Amino acid sequence: MPQNDLKIGVFVCECGTNIAGSVDVDTLVEEAKKMDSVVYTAKNRYMCSEPGQQEIKKAIEEQKLDRVVIAACSPRMHEPTFRECVSAVGLNPYLVDMANIREQCSWVHMEDREKATKKAKDIIKAYIARARYLEPQEEKEIPVTRATLVIGGGIAGMQASLDLADAGYQVFLVEKEPALGGIMAQLAKTYPTMDCAI
Amino acid sequence: MMDVGRHPNIKLLTCSQVESISGYVGNFHVRVHKKARYVVESECTACNDCVEVCPVIIPDEYQQGLSSRKAIYIPFPQAVPSAYLIDMNNCLGTNPIACGKCAEKCDKKCIDYDMKDEIIEFDVGTVIVATGMDVFDPTPLDEYGYGTYENVITSMEFERLLSAGGPSDGHFIRPTDRRKPKTVGFIQCVGSRCEQRGQPYCSNICCMNTIKDTLLLKDHYPDIEAKVFYIDMRAFGKGFEDLFKRSKEAGVQYIRGIPGEIIEDSKTRNLKILVEDTTANKMEEHEFEMMVLSVGVTPRLDMPEVQKLLTLSKTPDGFFMEAHPKLKPVDAPTSGVFFAGCAEAPKDVKDSVTQASAAAARAETLLAAGKVKLEAITSELNADLCRFCTICAQACPYKAITVDPKKKTISYIEALCKGCGTCGAECRFSAIKMKHFTDEQIVSQIDTYLEEDSYDKVIIFACNWCSYAGADTCGGARLQYPPSSRLIRTMCSGRVDEKFVLHAFRKGAPMVVVSGCHYVDCHYIDANRWTQKRVEKLWDKLERLGIRPERLLLEWISAAEGRRFAQTMQDIEELRKKVTKEEIEHTIKILTEEEEKERQKQEKLKK
Repeated sequence: MPQNDLKIGVFVCECGTNIAGSVDVDTLVEEAKKMDSVVYTAKNRYMCSEPGQQEIKKAIEEQKLDRVVIAACSPRMHEPTFRECVSAVGLNPYLVDMANIREQCSWVHMEDREKATKKAKDIIKAYIARARYLEPQEEKEIPVTRATLVIGGGIAGMQASLDLADAGYQVFLVEKEPALGGIMAQLAKTYPTMDCAI
Repeated sequence: MMDVGRHPNIKLLTCSQVESISGYVGNFHVRVHKKARYVVESECTACNDCVEVCPVIIPDEYQQGLSSRKAIYIPFPQAVPSAYLIDMNNCLGTNPIACGKCAEKCDKKCIDYDMKDEIIEFDVGTVIVATGMDVFDPTPLDEYGYGTYENVITSMEFERLLSAGGPSDGHFIRPTDRRKPKTVGFIQCVGSRCEQRGQPYCSNICCMNTIKDTLLLKDHYPDIEAKVFYIDMRAFGKGFEDLFKRSKEAGVQYIRGIPGEIIEDSKTRNLKILVEDTTANKMEEHEFEMMVLSVGVTPRLDMPEVQKLLTLSKTPDGFFMEAHPKLKPVDAPTSGVFFAGCAEAPKDVKDSVTQASAAAARAETLLAAGKVKLEAITSELNADLCRFCTICAQACPYKAITVDPKKKTISYIEALCKGCGTCGAECRFSAIKMKHFTDEQIVSQIDTYLEEDSYDKVIIFACNWCSYAGADTCGGARLQYPPSSRLIRTMCSGRVDEKFVLHAFRKGAPMVVVSGCHYVDCHYIDANRWTQKRVEKLWDKLERLGIRPERLLLEWISAAEGRRFAQTMQDIEELRKKVTKEEIEHTIKILTEEEEKERQKQEKLKK
């Protein structure tokens, strides 16, 4: 079930003219306002910039936002930035989501402002709808046993073992044959140095 | 090798094979089967007394069978560990009465016929797979007569013949009369770059190896005439072209053309070939006293064993597949596992060493941190809803789920889950929830997109790693396409549940596209094979229901293929225009009825 008592903040980025050049950002902000649970909207010239991030942080704290939708570039670009940004003011990083209105909208429909704006509106609304179902997630941390298994005692296995052993880690080197060296040990000489392989 | 043998931080287990690996990144439990050596490793002084009395004589593998060894032996003089071992398959018997000569002779009494195999267990945080390669066996290529004509040898045998520690003490002699040959021919690409006979890929090392061989030959015996027959000489690495030039300057002739056949003169045992010199455009005959087949590199025959241990995948060439061919070339798709050397692809010594150091550094990143963050986007199991049908266990590329349908048990190791969501899409009982890409989240996006004017929108499910990224690439290049597309991101196309597609059609979508990584590029090993199967089933289902299956598309688009994404969107727009409002209305009616039937069926089942 969607949560109804949510406080969603929507932040629309102009990205200079990258977004604002081909979609009408003001319309997007107005449309976002009409959506259920949206209690705060804003636009910024560069949402990812320090002032842009400050604006998000301030709104989260002042408006007690518990979900954030950022309509900007691809999450593949700035999702880590905004996850860090909201974490800094105590919001779980999985409660922020990005509506990609740049790579997948403003940049690819540059000749039809009306239809591009309509599509951007759809994208933002879909991500607001999705935000109502977002749940906090936890990145569990587990300890790492400080030892490595190396399978194969040829030149590659030996080199990897030595590097790790020299760094102070325990290495278990498992070799099927009775001796180390693999195929390299059978070579008379190796290029480009033309020296002995053993 | 000696550095490895004496390093206090390296536990060296020879004659050993990994039997099982359980656990996950940071916490692997390993069981190793160490075969008995029958000689106490720590006691043996490698005095060689035992070898002198051993009556068994068999071909020596290390010398490529060109000389012999005993049943008790050391693989080669510099071997690490420096200890002998008994080859029990050839020893006259573990029963000392049968022979027992070596044990009698050994002063240190370190020969133990009753030595048992051992199982050694330990825990590690990371695993490096450096299992290496096999050398192509040219015996099946009867045109070259390898195995029939004694003076035709492989490049590996050539190495032994020219080695100071080799069967002829480094004197280059031809096998039939044990005298130095006056002419030697080399044939390149034996077992490489050929679909039918050998492997389709370039083995990477053979050109340079032959150049090296000819230089060694010319250094030792300037009077030997050497000719190399090739398709292309690939001397692409640092310092390689120099060596190639030196070889040509030393008088080695390079002839572009591969001989079709080698024919032996039964009297002289010389070898004759007929070859088309494709640079001179003429047929030539050559005669050699000896010929060397420059054999390629093949994946190891025992690779499947290691593959199973760590749930790895192979690329079509048969070598292990990396997590990403450009950006994660050392990581395996399984977390905490890394590749070094020829296990991943054919490599020379320098490249193997480079990748080994990279693998060590990658492993160290985890080891030094001492802790690892697990994927937060994983699946969540509701055992109460599970009917133990096992489909999730079959679909999981990482074997994170195990189901026992007889005992009605299901177990799930979250640390193994990478979050593709295929299990969730396959589960028919809603027992699996995919975190951050839940059914509700995805359905809410579909609903919003199709709320208004659904007939001019195309719903596109795009996987995070390839097709969604391809759409981003398309944007970066400002390639324009019609604004009808509405994308929904999932981590993997394997997440796209049948019900999402049907829901989109029921909500009035004229077209639905499921897109993902190209078949072999799936970021979740092979999860997209389930996508394919599912879409194929859906096509059948749509047809059965009277809905045109052409309205559902399956597209493979990589992260680099921005142009392909734009073109696909153009093509889809043309198809969308052909879907009429009446057709959409009809589809909505059919699927709404279908949903109602399904609902009633579910209710009955509950009762």
